[in-house]
Amino acid sequence: MAFIDYYKILGVDKTATDKEIKKAYRKLARKYHPDLNPDDKTAEKKFKEINEANEVLSNSENRKKYDKYGKDWKHSEEFEKAQQQQYQRGAYQGNESGFGGSGGFSDSDYSDFFESMFGGASSGARSRSVKFRGQDFNAELHLNLKDVYTTHKQTLTVNGKKIRLTIPAGVKNGQVIKIKGHGGKGINGGPNGDLHIKFSIINNSKFKRDKDNLYLNVDLDLYKAVLGGEITVDTFDGKVKLKIKPETKNGTKVKLKGKGFPVYKKTGQFGDLYITYQIKIPTNLTDKEKELFKELAKLR
Amino acid sequence: METKDFILINQLCSNYKIDLSFLNELNENGLIEITTIEESQFVHQDKINEIEKMIRIHHELDVNIEGIDVVFNLLQKVDDLQNELTSIKNRLQLYEND
Repeated sequence: MAFIDYYKILGVDKTATDKEIKKAYRKLARKYHPDLNPDDKTAEKKFKEINEANEVLSNSENRKKYDKYGKDWKHSEEFEKAQQQQYQRGAYQGNESGFGGSGGFSDSDYSDFFESMFGGASSGARSRSVKFRGQDFNAELHLNLKDVYTTHKQTLTVNGKKIRLTIPAGVKNGQVIKIKGHGGKGINGGPNGDLHIKFSIINNSKFKRDKDNLYLNVDLDLYKAVLGGEITVDTFDGKVKLKIKPETKNGTKVKLKGKGFPVYKKTGQFGDLYITYQIKIPTNLTDKEKELFKELAKLR
Repeated sequence: METKDFILINQLCSNYKIDLSFLNELNENGLIEITTIEESQFVHQDKINEIEKMIRIHHELDVNIEGIDVVFNLLQKVDDLQNELTSIKNRLQLYEND
């Protein structure tokens, strides 16, 4: 584990008093506390760092060891013993012995301290054998727009556990649903946390969606726009025939009631589909066509 | 009223090692709702998450009841703004070119 400068983390000088350390810790804890920064992984990491720094620097014995041994302060007793043994043997073996090199003790970053803060060990603020609710888990589920047009079941694996989930039709992009009791295990017999699933809906269809309504641009040829007629357009679940009024203007919007997206948790209810006509001007005209357009122009 | 969805506040106090006065103060400030059923006081189990948050903010950050109220109001605002942002992002897709 790389050396972590706890003084730097708390933003205090090496000569800081206990009061200054406490003050700096309180200030940073208020800024980065996970309850005040929900879903913010950076704040959570920072909070763990400042807690670790505080655990060490607020305890005068630990602080002394840390000042003397740096990253190996936790093993200072063994270090001192090893030093003593070396001294007794009268042998100096350089880096190969004990704690000088990078090997020896494998500390995982912050974890042992922070099991106490986030459900686990014994020290710190939650050490009073208090029953705490388990941590809430957050997960993100990526689905295609087509997937959420109908209610369907999906099996998710969260922390090694399989959860069968019913995803109601009409779920929205960014929507979060809470599944009670599927989060972290309660501490000291407390209730389990919840699982929060955020939906990320990928729209790779030609429709655009706003809440329960769908929007679609449809090309309309000039002649049908001028003279009227009938066209077939796609809806999300099939095709419909539409009558085109004569002299339909470019950008005309038509609402197809109930042809939009299903309304979340309201079975049988649908939003609307809005179709916008985009009139296509004919290109690559033949001489004959040009002639006829000129004649038409003269009539206007 | 049935008590199966409610938790006795005395039980909460012993579980979390907190004084009854703390929960009473939260109640007086409108941060939690204490329900009396047959002369016993309860809170709804759905509120446990929030109550735990209040306890943590109070104990770990030395924030008083008024401060907790401010924090919760601001967190609610952040949540509302985040929802609004998501909704606006979704709407924005209507105007983005394919």
